[in-house]
Amino acid sequence: MGVEGIGQSVVRKEDKRFITGKGKYTDDIKLQGLTQAHFVRSPHAHARIKSIDTSAAKAMPGVVAVLTGSELVGDKIGNLICGWMVHSKDGSPMKMGAFPAMANETVRWVGQAVAVVIAETKNLARDAAEAVVVDYEELQAVVDVREAVKPGAPQLHPEAANNTIYQWSIGDQSATDAAIAGAAHVVTMDIMNNRLVPNPMEPRSAVAQYDSADDHLTLWTTSQNPHVARLLLSAFYNIAPENKLRVIAPDVGGGFGAKIYVYPEEIVCLWAARKIDRPVKWTADRSEAFLTDAHGRDHVSKAELAFDADHKIIGLRVHTYANFGAYMSLFSSSVPTYLYATLLSGQYNIPNIYCEVDGVYTNTVPVDAYRGAGRPEAAFLIERLMETAARQFGMSPADLRRKNFITQFPHQTPVIMTYDTGDFNASLDAAMKAIDYAGFPARKAASAAKGKLRGIGISCYIEACGIAPSKAVGSLGAGVGLWESAEVRVNPVGTVEVLTGSHSHGQGHETTFAQLISTRLGVGIDTVQIIHGDTDKVQFGMGTYGSRSGAVGMSAILKAVEKVEAKARKIAAHLMEAAEGDIVIEGGEVKVAGTDKKMPWALVALAAYTGHNLPDGMEPGLKEGAFYDPTNFTFPAGSYIAEVEIDPDTGKTTVCNFTAADDFGNLMNPMIVEGQVHGGIAQGIGQALLEGTVYTGDGQLLTASYMDYAMPRADDLPSFDIHHTCTPCPGNPLGIKGCGEAGAIGSPPAIINAITDALGHNHIEMPATPDRVWHAIHSRMAAE
Amino acid sequence: MIPGQFVYHRPASIAEAVAVLAAHGDEARPLSGGHSLIPMMKLRMATPEHLVDLAGISELKGISQQGQTIVIGAMTTQADLIKSDLLASALPIIRETSLQIADPQIRTKGTIGGNVANGDPGNDMPGLMQCLGATYHLSGASGERTVAARDFYQGAYFTSLDVGEILTSISIPVPPAGHGYAYEKLKRKIGDYATAATAVILTMADGKVATCSIALTNVSSTPLFAEEAAQLCLGTSLDAATLKAAGEAAKSISDPAADGRGTAEYRREMAGVVTARALAKAASRAMKGA
Ligand SMILES: Cc1cc2nc3c(=O)[nH]c(=O)nc-3n(C[C@H](O)[C@H](O)[C@H](O)COP(=O)(O)OP(=O)(O)OC[C@H]3O[C@@H](n4cnc5c(N)ncnc54)[C@H](O)[C@@H]3O)c2cc1C
Repeated sequence: MGVEGIGQSVVRKEDKRFITGKGKYTDDIKLQGLTQAHFVRSPHAHARIKSIDTSAAKAMPGVVAVLTGSELVGDKIGNLICGWMVHSKDGSPMKMGAFPAMANETVRWVGQAVAVVIAETKNLARDAAEAVVVDYEELQAVVDVREAVKPGAPQLHPEAANNTIYQWSIGDQSATDAAIAGAAHVVTMDIMNNRLVPNPMEPRSAVAQYDSADDHLTLWTTSQNPHVARLLLSAFYNIAPENKLRVIAPDVGGGFGAKIYVYPEEIVCLWAARKIDRPVKWTADRSEAFLTDAHGRDHVSKAELAFDADHKIIGLRVHTYANFGAYMSLFSSSVPTYLYATLLSGQYNIPNIYCEVDGVYTNTVPVDAYRGAGRPEAAFLIERLMETAARQFGMSPADLRRKNFITQFPHQTPVIMTYDTGDFNASLDAAMKAIDYAGFPARKAASAAKGKLRGIGISCYIEACGIAPSKAVGSLGAGVGLWESAEVRVNPVGTVEVLTGSHSHGQGHETTFAQLISTRLGVGIDTVQIIHGDTDKVQFGMGTYGSRSGAVGMSAILKAVEKVEAKARKIAAHLMEAAEGDIVIEGGEVKVAGTDKKMPWALVALAAYTGHNLPDGMEPGLKEGAFYDPTNFTFPAGSYIAEVEIDPDTGKTTVCNFTAADDFGNLMNPMIVEGQVHGGIAQGIGQALLEGTVYTGDGQLLTASYMDYAMPRADDLPSFDIHHTCTPCPGNPLGIKGCGEAGAIGSPPAIINAITDALGHNHIEMPATPDRVWHAIHSRMAAE
Repeated sequence: MIPGQFVYHRPASIAEAVAVLAAHGDEARPLSGGHSLIPMMKLRMATPEHLVDLAGISELKGISQQGQTIVIGAMTTQADLIKSDLLASALPIIRETSLQIADPQIRTKGTIGGNVANGDPGNDMPGLMQCLGATYHLSGASGERTVAARDFYQGAYFTSLDVGEILTSISIPVPPAGHGYAYEKLKRKIGDYATAATAVILTMADGKVATCSIALTNVSSTPLFAEEAAQLCLGTSLDAATLKAAGEAAKSISDPAADGRGTAEYRREMAGVVTARALAKAASRAMKGA
């Protein structure tokens, strides 16, 4: 393996353009005749639109058009869909309320688009938007799931009685009930998982261009999966047939899930570009990002974990209300069901699990997948229960976990998943050693001497990523397959282009994928070009989310490159008059094993393209494609340990130490993996300590700017101590498990467990703000 | 985030600025660093039709000492305050406070004049100026006048400034050498306004507090000059009981709003905590200085 091959911490190729300001993002696209769109948005969380008067706005300087929802209907533009069918336990399908790209009768959240002003400049569009007069009749709003399901609550959609989308369940109810009824110990908790705003650095943006000569549309957009966007825009939203629509996702500055979905703004820009026959650009400002990017999490759960007299888990029963917001976003239905409840077994042997999930509409921003999507909610729930159980039993939290760890693989949980491999003791050992767990009591005493409270918290997470195989997800209701495609094109001079259906928006694919080619073909990574994000270049692909690009995307590339190698070996064998089986490709050369016969890689490529001397019947050229559909999910797992110090006077929590020991299987580029873990932990600590999304009772988002919504800063975070253990994934040829979300999944319970350890009791919710921690200390003191 | 339309003016002198402001009355606003005003304009919560940029007026800049008084021009940025050797030795609390305002980018633009004239209870300088007994120099169409910082603030965004008036400079009596000082600010994150903050200036003689001045930030609609709390400290060695009593006195005048930083109850408690901490820190500095 050379210095640029897989397993090496190769410096990211793409960073030169990013750190020198030369990235090319959607908002950088400049086109002749470009117009600018500004959306008029609802100031009310729930209201009926009585009328919209656009006449004054249309008369404003520089205004090209002012369009409303009724015109969308007139042009038969389709409503937005949720692409994953989930059925209630009674067999009825989920209740999807109509989600038009611009509201024409009722608005259901503050920020929902009701009209668009298109003008010569952004400023003129913004000014004219002030002149659009919308007459609303305000309706009662509801923001809390527990309120929304009560009789008499305001109703959002006629399709969904009691605002309930579905009442879904998984697992064996009677067996679980029986286990809990007969248990020696039952730990019961109410557990909230706070709503988060995703906040990628680059706000969403769209540029739509219509070519009237060819009746062809092009969309540049901030998307994690441009092919899926094109499919939806064509098949469901009636924008244009796929062959008349090109979707390009150029450099994208972070997504975290929020850029998976096709949003109303993209639909409207495309539709408007054709209508006015001029290109249209829209770029969200940060306030719009807060009000329109799909939010994440927002669960309210009741959970019971039952143990036998020997502290072995015998059952887990969970009821969760999942807040969907005002409409069902693209994958919203799957997040609190198949991505959540299927992971409730955690790292533990739990014979009986039963979970019910009620999906509920509220007058808030739609909720969908956000870094981790369902798995952080599952990990938080089970890891909080384990911590509380250990405290209740007076046992060490590590020992209680070890006693219940799954140690035999494959392991079938009662909630669909078959864990393929893992070594949970190994990662817990590594994390405890790294943080010097044994030395904690001394550190606690030192803190106490300063008047501070110190706590340590363990979190042993498991998650499922690289969602697959297509057949399985199809049977669970997914509207798409979850394979990946790749094409490897060797040029006549031996350089390589890789076309991938994965999409990089911060993950470093241009480097990691090139490392794979470098390992296989022995060429330098600078001779490899990674091409992605353009439906005209890459034939099809499922995009990047759910930590799937290593496990699924790279496996597709490997499959394609193996086909290229096979053909190259045939050509080389023919040219060097050797047996095909003796040909090895190594270090940029193609050799005959056991001899000194060899030729440069570039000459084999050239021979393929001259076609002068190829084996009989062989087609010229050296280019192969592959579709790869994995056999199972992959199961990254690990142990995180956080150590916190709390100032009891102010309630401020400082994270002193944070250790992660992850098992991601084989690492392709350890530096990039570590970066992913850092980012994930930062987001997890943000969730645990800082990021609270707050609505008023009437549906105004109070935390709609960085002044109010507290994102983590460097000084809120310790220097992370990152370790790895390895059980290679048996489910894909590279043994990869996926590392993009683990940090955000494993860290919140570690932090909250550490805080509860410091406090000596359980009563704290995320985000554990100084106010909440202070109250947790002082109300407890008052109670004692 | 695009502001509405406005006419931009850039006068070169105070007289010219006052004249432009007088000509447009309510529809004009002075602009200093813009880090409070421009965000409001982008949210269209402020929609001035005339913006009078004070950046071109050199007489509004600079820090100087005139006898026992330090004069700071309104257009002096927070970054300038941090860099000043004169302030570092004579009024180190200004540097300590400035370093706790926002972040370096904002401090490079934000001015002391804008900070004290803004009337936002979250701004840190108004409380500090009350603690220091500063005087604001105002200039308007009807001439010049001075107002004490302790009399200037009437409500959130509501000050003694008349329409068309600008604040030109601030004069501050220099506290005695060896004084103790502290600006204790509790905040959620870098770049946030205070959950609660307290400014303290004191002097000690024979281990006892000889003079003491305390003011609170962001625990009411205006900064609060905490006279009673300061009074309680005089003649004491700032023992635990006194610190507690002073904290209670600070709490009793606090009336914070509930917001993202915490409940009203919590923020009032924190006014007590930061007051006690600021006093303790100031005392230990005074002892070291003595
Ligand atoms: C993210 C962020 C965080 C911040 N955090 C803090 C913080 O923690 N603490 C803090 O104190 N501040 C904070 N600020 C505010 C910052 O310090 C501002 O710069 C300051 O409050 C205002 O100064 P300015 O020069 O920018 O004033 P401007 O924004 O230019 O003006 C503010 C107001 O004062 C008026 N005005 C300005 N100059 C004069 C004058 N000479 N005479 C009369 N009226 C005048 C303006 O018309 C306007 O109404 C923060 C700002 C931001 C953006």
